[in-house]
Amino acid sequence: MAVCIAVIAKENYPLYIRCVPVQNELKFHYTVHTSLDVVEEKISSAGKSIGDQRELYLGLLYPTEDYKVYGFVTNTKVKFVIVVDSSNTSLRDNEIRSMFRKLHNSFTDVMCNPFHIPGDTIKSKAFDSIVSGMMVQAG
Amino acid sequence: MLTENKGWIHNRRPVMAGSQWELPSELCCRPMAFVALTGLDVVYNAVHRAIWDAFCANRRADRVPISFKVLPGDHEYPKCRTKRTSYEWYIPKGILKTSWMNKHLNLVPALVVLFYELDWDDAQWKEKQSECATKVEIVRTSLQGRNTKVAVVLIQKKTPLPPGEDLVASERAAALCNACDLSGKSLFVLPHTDHLVGYIIRLENAFYEHAQTYYYTEIRRVKSHKEFLNKTTHQLLFVRHQFKIAFFSELKQDTQNALKYYRTAYSLIHELRAHETNMLEIKTLAGFINYKICRLCFQHNTPLDAIAQFRKHVDLCKKKIGSPELAFEHAAWMSKQFQSFGELFDEAIKLGLTAIQTQNPGFYYQQAACYSQERKQLAQQLCQAGKSSSEPLDIQPGGLDFYGQRHWRQGHQSIDPPDAEKEKMGILALQIKERDAPHSELIIALLSNAVAQFKKYKCPRMKSHLMVQMGEEYYHAKDYSKAIKLLDYVMCDYRSERWWGLLTAILTTALRCAYLMASIKDYIIYCMELLGRASNLKEEQKSRIEKNLLKVLMNEVPDAEPECDSSSLTTARCLWGDRMALTASTELTIEVQDYIPFIQCRAKFLAPSFHVDQAVTLLVFLRADCPHPVSFNKLSVYLSNQEYNQWCVVSSGEESMRLWPGKSKSFSFSFVAKTEDVGKKIEVTGIEVMLGRECGRCVFLTWRGAGGDVASAHEALQASRSCQGRDRSNEAPKEVDWDSLAMQPCTMIMPRVPKISVQLSHDPPALISEMYHIGITVHSQENAVAKDVKLTAGLKPGQDANLSQSTHVTLDGLSVCDDAAPALLPDVPLGDLKPGQKLEKSVYVKCMTTGLRVFLFHVAYTINTEVGEQQLLCKCHKDETVTMETMFPFEVSLKFMSTKFEPLEQVVVDIPFLLMADIQSSSPWPLLLASSSLQMLTISSNTPQAPSQLQGVVLQTGECATECFCLRCPPLKSSSSKTIAAGQYLLSWRRKSSTEDSPLTQTAIPLPLVSLDSIPLYIYADLPSFGRVRESLSVRYHIQNRTALVQEVEMAVEPSDAFMFSGLKQVRLRILPGSEQQMLYNYYPLMAGYQTLPQLNISLPRCPSSNTHTLRRFLPQRIFVKPQGRQLDAPSIAAA
Repeated sequence: MAVCIAVIAKENYPLYIRCVPVQNELKFHYTVHTSLDVVEEKISSAGKSIGDQRELYLGLLYPTEDYKVYGFVTNTKVKFVIVVDSSNTSLRDNEIRSMFRKLHNSFTDVMCNPFHIPGDTIKSKAFDSIVSGMMVQAG
Repeated sequence: MLTENKGWIHNRRPVMAGSQWELPSELCCRPMAFVALTGLDVVYNAVHRAIWDAFCANRRADRVPISFKVLPGDHEYPKCRTKRTSYEWYIPKGILKTSWMNKHLNLVPALVVLFYELDWDDAQWKEKQSECATKVEIVRTSLQGRNTKVAVVLIQKKTPLPPGEDLVASERAAALCNACDLSGKSLFVLPHTDHLVGYIIRLENAFYEHAQTYYYTEIRRVKSHKEFLNKTTHQLLFVRHQFKIAFFSELKQDTQNALKYYRTAYSLIHELRAHETNMLEIKTLAGFINYKICRLCFQHNTPLDAIAQFRKHVDLCKKKIGSPELAFEHAAWMSKQFQSFGELFDEAIKLGLTAIQTQNPGFYYQQAACYSQERKQLAQQLCQAGKSSSEPLDIQPGGLDFYGQRHWRQGHQSIDPPDAEKEKMGILALQIKERDAPHSELIIALLSNAVAQFKKYKCPRMKSHLMVQMGEEYYHAKDYSKAIKLLDYVMCDYRSERWWGLLTAILTTALRCAYLMASIKDYIIYCMELLGRASNLKEEQKSRIEKNLLKVLMNEVPDAEPECDSSSLTTARCLWGDRMALTASTELTIEVQDYIPFIQCRAKFLAPSFHVDQAVTLLVFLRADCPHPVSFNKLSVYLSNQEYNQWCVVSSGEESMRLWPGKSKSFSFSFVAKTEDVGKKIEVTGIEVMLGRECGRCVFLTWRGAGGDVASAHEALQASRSCQGRDRSNEAPKEVDWDSLAMQPCTMIMPRVPKISVQLSHDPPALISEMYHIGITVHSQENAVAKDVKLTAGLKPGQDANLSQSTHVTLDGLSVCDDAAPALLPDVPLGDLKPGQKLEKSVYVKCMTTGLRVFLFHVAYTINTEVGEQQLLCKCHKDETVTMETMFPFEVSLKFMSTKFEPLEQVVVDIPFLLMADIQSSSPWPLLLASSSLQMLTISSNTPQAPSQLQGVVLQTGECATECFCLRCPPLKSSSSKTIAAGQYLLSWRRKSSTEDSPLTQTAIPLPLVSLDSIPLYIYADLPSFGRVRESLSVRYHIQNRTALVQEVEMAVEPSDAFMFSGLKQVRLRILPGSEQQMLYNYYPLMAGYQTLPQLNISLPRCPSSNTHTLRRFLPQRIFVKPQGRQLDAPSIAAA
């Protein structure tokens, strides 16, 4: 299960970040922010290849000593980042993919809300609960 | 990168000389076979010096890897211990001796070479041979027990003969070998001649072979120990021996095997029983071996193997912390592991390896820094103990027999420490030593290495993150100015990417730095941004910061930031005190545009344009985001024309100058624009808000342009998104909606709206060449006298250049203007215009080509007006444009015809013909044709001075007028050109509607080209216009000879059914030059109606070119014959 889940806008500012434990919040913010380097690079290199059908799932962005960072980019260039504890070896690629898929679906629902302004930070109970379901339970 | 920021990328290699964590240099170097050279006097003997230089100079990669050393002949080599015959009672004291690697790299040679000067034909051969043998013996004795080889090189003056030819040489060589107990392979000859380097290279290749044999035997020797070892007591030796074998293999340059043995050693070392006392030793050796493995993998160009090995190494060792009191040692060791791997990786890249964004040395440096930070934290936790009362133990690095052991229990391998008290003392000593370690320096150096790498591999955000860490480390190291410099540098990245959480964290650190170094400007800037909307600090924090900011503005010392180092606080307070005393009256100007300050500012002109007779209104909105109200003392706006600045200032300390949290306040300025600014833009170039008082501390916040800051562009975008479909009418009307408040930084000054009307009257379309009349009526609706009215009329500039050539404008309507008249009449003075007065003016336009034209009528005047209390002399103008089509008035077709009204292709000289002119009107207006005439060049009129047939004819649209001229062409003087230009047809006309005195337009139509022909014979007939049945009708044919020769003519009349005739039926006659013959016939018509006359056949025997056919065209073909009239009698008429 994830220790941090983030949604990043097309212009690379955060729309949503949640992490456990909360006291490490700043560190996770940095982790997510630095992972954007790799995301940007992957997007720009993918743009050069032929074929419009781009794979949204970017896979493992980079491993640090303590965490694994996975990335996902929607067609509107909104980025999802999931940070998983390195010690959590049971998590397979497929599960990460399905987490992203769930996140993407929920994000789409948020965007469909007529009261949500695209580009604003996400404030949605439904999205919160989906994210909570994917997070490591604190405590 | 800014130049001043270079400062923090200094000493790339951390200053760790003497640190126990540094890898020993003998481990990190590339092992090379060690060969000792003796018997060379390199100081006093030039020949020996040259030989030595040839050995050591230019040791490039293509030469064999040997490290040479010159030693004296009686050099003492390290003593060899007596070989153990049994390991049964032997208990090893450690894994690897600290001296071992150095010993085999630099002390124990694989080969000792003795240089000796001796020629084969030396006079004292016997003596020299025995001296050489003695020297060899001395070396041998010194190497007692070692397998080191000995070789002899004879330095000779003469070039040797080819082998086998010099019998003396081979004999003496054998003798020398015998005396020295050398094999033939170990005796070399070095002729000291021209090709020294070549000989030396051959020599060293031979030495290299000897050295390899030596290392091979050494490997065999170490391997042979294995059978004596048992697994219970000699576990350490297993590792040691594998390491030694691997190291010898490296010396032998057998890196593949070396790698293999190092790998074995590595797996063996993890089989050792690890406990607190030997953990450090195991880790140290594991680190060494891992280093060797990674190094060789990179060398073999298998970087993935290296990375995999390193990962394995880290995973295996990560948890082997060892003694918890010395946990910082583990962190230091881990840091060093990452650092040295990063360095290996970096080195491999320099040698050609390519790294990628997600796998580059930066990650290892970063992790090393991370462990160094951990080390620092652990050290701070664990090294609290004060100086121990008793004398601290000596724990200087070096002085250890075995790698990774403790000074106070060297060689001890049992699980429990032998002396608990001593153990405690030792740990304490280590802790005390750790306290003095330059942690921050290490961390910063590692981080700056990582920054350099991430910069190279396109990771700007990672780079920024590391720079933040560096900044924080500088803060911990109390180097606040460097910290601020770094943090400032990266802050804008986070600001522009809108990561407010991170920005706030960085700002908080920066604020602490600014406080601790009492940097007032920085302090104010950081406070401002922390109070602003980008900061996500809690309300009470903001409140505290605002209070501090207000204190600084009052020139008081602010309260300390929380979490500051208490020891620095006193210095900071002193610094603040000094600052306050020194800089009591200084002013500070802060450009806030590039930050997100707590006061937002937006300026807008009320309208995108103002007329010059209107007051320009400018609104400035201010809004405070801080938790408490803030007051300011002055607001000034700077405009592109500085003369207006005086109108845009508010100052004073009223209540209105107070900004309430979350509320916006607007300030309205208005001024009258200068008339010279008409047509120009007025722009807000800056806004300045003054905080504080002149008596205290003044801080000017300045915005460039119309305000806004880093975040406002995005906010405006979001606001525009949210506005769509949202009803905001029920909001409080007096409160402006800040989000949707758009800036309007500039306004246009427009001319005063003219209160006159300009009317045009004309009848389009214009006809080509006519003087087209356009009437202009100017009617003033002004309240004052419009002075200096000027009219500019004509073709609007900016159209096709050809149009201005073919358009002429004039005010004179009485005559046709010429080509000199301009296309645009500028500034025609019309005098003054009183209120309500009307003014009319006529303009005539002559267009020479068809097409659309745009005409401009520009009426300008000046008028005095009042704006507010100001008198203003305004220039006004009114433009009218009209688009007009020009067309041909009529179409004229001109045709030549014979007198028989048949179309003529050729005109015959001196024979009359006709010119028909058809004029078809295409003008929508009736045209009056005044006159027409022909202007002839060669042709003359048959009817001179006849009045024009068209005079006074009025043509309606589509009507056609026709005119006919009878012409004759005189004989040509030069008969060279057969086609001639006949001249032109002139037509004078005007519109029917125009006045009598309006000028006539003359249109010239060129006549078609005529081709001329001359004939030798001309014939024409005199005959009545009609005949009557059975009434004689006489026809006279005239035949003229037009040549200068006598012409013979044969003439015959063919019979006809319609006529009887009398006269010569067939005749032959002669006509003199220039004279004429007449032939008279009486025709007697038999039938009524159009009848064909009897055919006349004429032939000229002398001039075959003109025959009947050519001549016949001059003759009438038919005649109308009336029926015979009945005698009318009176009674029949009466009956009728």
